[in-house]
Amino acid sequence: MSLLYTEEQKELLALVREMAENEIKPYVKEADEKGECPRELFKWGFDMGLHMLEIPEEYGGTGLSYETTAMIFEELAKVDAGYAITFVTTFVALRNVILAGTKEQGQYFADKIRPGSFAGFALTEPNAGSDPAAMRSTAVLDGDEYILNGTKTFITNGALSDVFVGFFKTTPAAGHKGISAFIIDADAPGVTVGAHENKMGLRLSNTTDLIFENVRVKASAMVGPEGSGFKLALNALNLSRAFVATLAVGIMQRALDESVKYAKERKQFGTPIIKFQMVQALLADMAIKVEASRCLVNNTMRMMDQGIMVQKEGSICKTFVSDCAQEVTSNAVQIFGGYGYSKEYPVEKLMRDCKVFQIFEGANQIQRMTIANVLDKEYR
Amino acid sequence: MSFEAWKDVWVFVECFKDQPKSVGLELLGQGRKLAEGLKQDLCAVVIGKDTKDAVKAAGEYGADKIYVVEGAEYEDYSADAYGNVFLKLCEKYQPNTILVGATVNGRDLGSKIAVSLRTGLTADCTALSVDEETGNVVWERPAFGGNLYAQILCSETRPQMGTCRPGAFKKPEKNPDNKPVVIREEISTPAQEIRTKVIDFIKACEDNDLRLDEAEIIVSGGRGMKSAENFSVLKELADALCGTVGCSRAAVDAGWMPQSKQVGQTGATVTPKIYFACGISGAVQHVAGMSESGTIIAINKDETAPIFEVADYCIVGDLFEVVPALVKELKARQQG
Amino acid sequence: MNIVVCIKQVPDTTEIKIDPVKNTLIRTGVPSIMNPFDKNALETGLSLKDRYGGKVTVISMGPPQAKAVLREALSMGADEAYLVTDRAFGGSDTYATSYILSQAIKKLGDFDVILGGKQAIDGDTGQTAPSIAEHLGAARLTYILDLEADGDKVIARRQVEEGIEVIEARFPILCTATKESNKPRYATIKRKIASLKAEIPEITLADLPDADVSKMGLKGSPTKVKATFTPKRTACGVTIEGNTPGEIANALIGKLADGKIL
Repeated sequence: MSLLYTEEQKELLALVREMAENEIKPYVKEADEKGECPRELFKWGFDMGLHMLEIPEEYGGTGLSYETTAMIFEELAKVDAGYAITFVTTFVALRNVILAGTKEQGQYFADKIRPGSFAGFALTEPNAGSDPAAMRSTAVLDGDEYILNGTKTFITNGALSDVFVGFFKTTPAAGHKGISAFIIDADAPGVTVGAHENKMGLRLSNTTDLIFENVRVKASAMVGPEGSGFKLALNALNLSRAFVATLAVGIMQRALDESVKYAKERKQFGTPIIKFQMVQALLADMAIKVEASRCLVNNTMRMMDQGIMVQKEGSICKTFVSDCAQEVTSNAVQIFGGYGYSKEYPVEKLMRDCKVFQIFEGANQIQRMTIANVLDKEYR
Repeated sequence: MSFEAWKDVWVFVECFKDQPKSVGLELLGQGRKLAEGLKQDLCAVVIGKDTKDAVKAAGEYGADKIYVVEGAEYEDYSADAYGNVFLKLCEKYQPNTILVGATVNGRDLGSKIAVSLRTGLTADCTALSVDEETGNVVWERPAFGGNLYAQILCSETRPQMGTCRPGAFKKPEKNPDNKPVVIREEISTPAQEIRTKVIDFIKACEDNDLRLDEAEIIVSGGRGMKSAENFSVLKELADALCGTVGCSRAAVDAGWMPQSKQVGQTGATVTPKIYFACGISGAVQHVAGMSESGTIIAINKDETAPIFEVADYCIVGDLFEVVPALVKELKARQQG
Repeated sequence: MNIVVCIKQVPDTTEIKIDPVKNTLIRTGVPSIMNPFDKNALETGLSLKDRYGGKVTVISMGPPQAKAVLREALSMGADEAYLVTDRAFGGSDTYATSYILSQAIKKLGDFDVILGGKQAIDGDTGQTAPSIAEHLGAARLTYILDLEADGDKVIARRQVEEGIEVIEARFPILCTATKESNKPRYATIKRKIASLKAEIPEITLADLPDADVSKMGLKGSPTKVKATFTPKRTACGVTIEGNTPGEIANALIGKLADGKIL
């Protein structure tokens, strides 16, 4: 592990590691099979404060740097990335309300989450994934309220959240400039949680549809000025992008740990397979990718801590790390051979878990377009 | 230091519901050894509401004298009441040595007496002897989880005190012809001096299970058991032998077995006729709790496991294959 | 409720090794931890504070490195922590240690509840905490599973060999906790960070002017160590072998039957 951790960071990581290994790890296999994380398991994370680590103290958070928070979440993701992302999605949603909204809105959202609740980000729709501007959900002004209608899909924490940041078109004709963001209580009349997505991986993470049927919200629930929703969503993604990368690093590290352990124990032709050069090459490449990914994440976090809006850097980080994770986890299964393919062993889950990292938070193809566009602007 | 005035070895015969507990009787055996070394008498101390059974047992197990204090306030143990009795008895009779069983109450009482009399108490002793020249008892006990043994002396004060774990020593031979001198003392403890009161008692639920300290055969499981359910494999063997199931600390830490079943430094000390250690590595803390067993049989996949250093019979193998095979063989022999 | 918890830093005895030549402990590389039963005691104290309000103070008698367990206690939710330390305290047995701790507690104020673990995993005597009750004149409740306050009374459930006693007592009380008492809570990240920066005040001999020095240190210890040694191993280990589990079983039971053990 190549980062130079401070004493404080080491202590915090040891604490989270102890909790995750003792309280979460024993239940992961069963929860992955069922496709659901038992609610009681989240209590450990809430009690420790994992839902508001980098949120400023004035909102009841711990005020940690992004850098340290990312280290902690890498540690958590080693045990299960789905468990970790439940908390990440929550504080990213809150962070965005704090950045783009009023003090009252930030306080309202934080007050909902602090006691131990989750939040969600309702942006994606069946017809609007990479192209969020194609969304069909609408928000129509009626007196001092907006009436929200629409269906959102693939919403992380859909069934778990007490509050959402939702995106609706206030001016459908204006394309992406017509999208506005709203704070919506999960128990508002007209909000329905749809079916739970039966996913390939990240199965401890709750993913559902959300249906909004004539949901009324006060005009004061709009976050930022009207039509600023798209910009808010993009800024949100800038922040969460690098964050999910730290989870992918955790998955990769776990894959590497399991693979090295196995390679030292497994004997073929009378020799532990770690002595065979081709296995060595696989392991070495895995280690190279993990280290490089971790350093990239760490550097991106430090930029975020400086207040830099990491559009290109976040994209580079997320794209590189998620592509590495694909390769690393696939090679972990390869090293385990036939056993790697079996659910009795821990690596096939890691391979299933990391695929989505190339898809969500902006598919890697879109990321590459973003990076190229920024390059185009940077060079005169 | 001359302790001319301090005489006799006293053993506290602890009771539960007016019945003497085994540990007090076990200690009478050790007490006799010390009394002979010191050339003094062995005395039992019995405190309770109805003491006749305890007095009888104390006599049968070798006491020369028995100090008896009876009263309604002594029906249940309380540090204040029993402590008061002991302090008054000590003031009057000045015992040289006091042995108390290291039970929950014994440890409680022992520390109360020792601090009140400003004297030394050595806890959880596994071996006792007398230095005849000085009259000091040499108290031997384990520390650091059983990794180290220490010999302790209480050379400057009297009475010298020690607690010993139940099961650390065997009961002496009964002698029904022994005729002890019974000395009844009238010592009462006023209610307002008794600061703790037992208002209810809930019996332990595992009634059908033999207690670890009573079982002649114990089948114990450790980390190698891998789950709580797997302990049923051991239960089959225990049942076939009319024994009981125990476990190591690893099994308790993993949540597979309750602490009441733990054998070891922070659990129970046992001395059964046969002790089966299945999937137990043999860490020192565990061994400290069962090393005095009659016959130790170890079953472990790992041939380098430390348990094989203390076992009488060593089986390197998969307990999930060997234990059922043992059950099968036993049943076949019982029938045939 | 004013609560004080006595905790001890101990080597993790599951990791300990003995130098067979010198008969001493190999301490290097053995992690130091909070005595596990003291952690249970601390959790009992924190739980009482959660329910009844008040303050939890932790003290530890030990060398400067013992501050690490005091910090750990703060990170779990203790309000104040003190290190009781002085060369004069060195060499204390359980009598002297309990006396010193009781004097430190007296100095810190009046407490309703004094807590400690049932035994330390290095000394294993289980005497220190209960002895404090005697020095301070507190009612003693050992091996306590849980406590409930009812005005100036307390109802406790106590684990004895035969079952569970329900006991009524009056404050001030001293309680010892066992593993079955509770599951200690984790620190929160916020408290962990604060605990790393916290100042831990020390209580030295100079801070205890009314204490009786003759009850401290080596001189104040009625018990003394004569010798130490590593336990002997004398097994006559017979290896039982066989091609099948059935053969092994047959061989073992045969031997036990022959030896009239079974």
